[in-house]
Amino acid sequence: MLSFTVRSFFQKLVTLFFISIISFLVVYLAPGKPSQIDPLNPKFTPEDLVRYRKEFNLDKPLYVQYYLYYRNLFSGQLKSWKDNQPVMDKIKERVMNSLWLFLVGTLITWSLSFPVGISAALRRGSFFDRFSTFIAYVLISIPGFFFAYILIELVVRAFNVPVIGMYTFGMAKADFIYRVMDRIWHMVLPSILMALGGIALLSRYVRAQMLEIIHQDYIRTAMAKGLSADVVYYKHGLRNALLPFVTMFGLILPGLIGGSVIIESIFAWPGIGRMAFEAILARDYPVILTINFISAVLVLAGTFISDLLYMVVDPRIRL
Amino acid sequence: MQNTRNTEELAHGLAEEVPRLTEAWRIFRKNTLAVWGLVIFIAFFIVAVSGLLLTTGENPVLDPAKVRLSEKLLRPLTPVNTEMVKPGDRPVFGIYLLGTDDLGRDVFARMMQGAWVSLTVGFVAVGISVIIGIILGGIAGYYGRLRIKFMHVLCLIAFFVSMILLASGQRGPALDSLAVTLLLSAFSAVYHYLAAKGGTGPKILDFLFFDTFSVDTLIMRFVDIMLCFPSFFLILTIVALLPASIYNIMIVIGLTSWMGTTRFVRAEFLSLREQDFVSAAKAMGLSDISIIFRHMMPNAIAPVLVSATIGVAMAILTEAGLSFLGFGVPPPHATWGNILAGGESFIFDAPWLMYIPGLSILTVVLSFNLFGEGLRDALNPKLRKR
Repeated sequence: MLSFTVRSFFQKLVTLFFISIISFLVVYLAPGKPSQIDPLNPKFTPEDLVRYRKEFNLDKPLYVQYYLYYRNLFSGQLKSWKDNQPVMDKIKERVMNSLWLFLVGTLITWSLSFPVGISAALRRGSFFDRFSTFIAYVLISIPGFFFAYILIELVVRAFNVPVIGMYTFGMAKADFIYRVMDRIWHMVLPSILMALGGIALLSRYVRAQMLEIIHQDYIRTAMAKGLSADVVYYKHGLRNALLPFVTMFGLILPGLIGGSVIIESIFAWPGIGRMAFEAILARDYPVILTINFISAVLVLAGTFISDLLYMVVDPRIRL
Repeated sequence: MQNTRNTEELAHGLAEEVPRLTEAWRIFRKNTLAVWGLVIFIAFFIVAVSGLLLTTGENPVLDPAKVRLSEKLLRPLTPVNTEMVKPGDRPVFGIYLLGTDDLGRDVFARMMQGAWVSLTVGFVAVGISVIIGIILGGIAGYYGRLRIKFMHVLCLIAFFVSMILLASGQRGPALDSLAVTLLLSAFSAVYHYLAAKGGTGPKILDFLFFDTFSVDTLIMRFVDIMLCFPSFFLILTIVALLPASIYNIMIVIGLTSWMGTTRFVRAEFLSLREQDFVSAAKAMGLSDISIIFRHMMPNAIAPVLVSATIGVAMAILTEAGLSFLGFGVPPPHATWGNILAGGESFIFDAPWLMYIPGLSILTVVLSFNLFGEGLRDALNPKLRKR
């Protein structure tokens, strides 16, 4: 088990190295120069251009730039090209904002998918099963921002509360309880929207997994023994059906950065996805690359954790 | 004579042999949702083709680009104002079936044009990803056990370095590196030629031709690397950095979504490679190309078809998402995605500008998803006659 862990860890490191090269090349080789972002600005003289290129090492060969970029990243000296602030500090602040949405969204996803998936599986072919299947497909198929606007219109009309941004302007001096209420109202819609796609996929997966389990021999044996249906399904069945989901805890990690660009843009939520989008617009290469790098690290860490968890929960896999 | 009767008697007790497609259709037909998906799928195809025919040409029946500033933001089914609009500028039947947008353009005409463009974006993107997936997956599955020689690794590295230098605009070093690539390839070609002739000369150079990793490792590690990128963010980055064009969007979506297909095809090929009919084909002396494309591919294509169907749906949604962020298909082409994104500013004044394209995308993407899932069940050998 130890040898597997060490081997898999080093494999992940090698993968990360190649990812760092590819993402660097994708961004740096794209046509157009970051120094040309504002060519019509009269204050931006050719001398400034030279200074700018020198300041950000853009005049050096590509491999030197690669080395300098990652050296700065790991020593924490990396500065944004846009406002000269340290990139890691900026990202830390934004990640804290996104973390709220991510946690609430994940909580909603996992607490809704299991009941829906399990009852759909136990009542296979019933109205509930077909209805939840259909709704799951609708949720996967609807363009996210279109659905967001429908929900915003409904909530704003029905409850007359502001939902855009992280808090209402001018609420900073209100009572604690009002501020909490305000915060919750602002979080409801974006976190539900982030959860919906996950609910659709996860509940389908739970259903499939549960269906496979309840046709196993040991379930029939438990039934034949005369146990009540609840004990059979929830004690014998669910425990075994849960196995693959333990590993999915690792796989949700990358969702922290991945799925939030559009939703954070709609709700003007100052999170990491929106920061990535702003960085792309401003051609702020250090920020783009760092976010890309962090999300690759999250993906790799997620698969690593899920491999380890799998070995912990399923003794058959232990090597 | 005796023989034939025996076979007939034997066949009598067995189940009737049913062609695979008939069997698949029997399972598919039972799935009501999937059948509806297929019906909408076909209807969408007809709409898209007629949209292409009706909105192109010198004097199209439906003109999606005609601006009538006096007829802004009209509700669906509003008749045209005959006093303000010249006879040549009027929509067909003198009525705006789906209303007009903020420039007074006929939304119905734009939707008809957008249907074809959205369909093209989806199909071309998926076509690119399927072609890459089949080629890489086929190589990894069929030739996976071959090991790459050290010299060939050097050739590959030199080639990629020259491509990168070329892309970064350094012509001179790029040509040098390309020359090194050619030299190395020529060198290894001569080595292989001499080794095949059986001479003793090339034996000394064997140290340059030791085995490194396998083809399978190379391709599958590359798949792993590509899967680590957050896909929407990667697409957004590339599309935003490249100049805006409909082709770039199709190519970028295609180039970032082939990993699933590669995995399916490889997995199928790994199991097919060991089967008797492939050994028989090899024993008959068929070429590798013929074995791969005529004998193995038809057996491996089912999961690819399913993932392609769902891939088209995903590509249409991705295009809509890009349009919303302002990086979708640029203006001369209308797509459902950019009509939807354009209607966002008028959500309270002209809600139909969002609901019409939004619900259309929902219906079409839903039908692709349902049809794809139905196809998966129908082609799944586990579900055939129990």
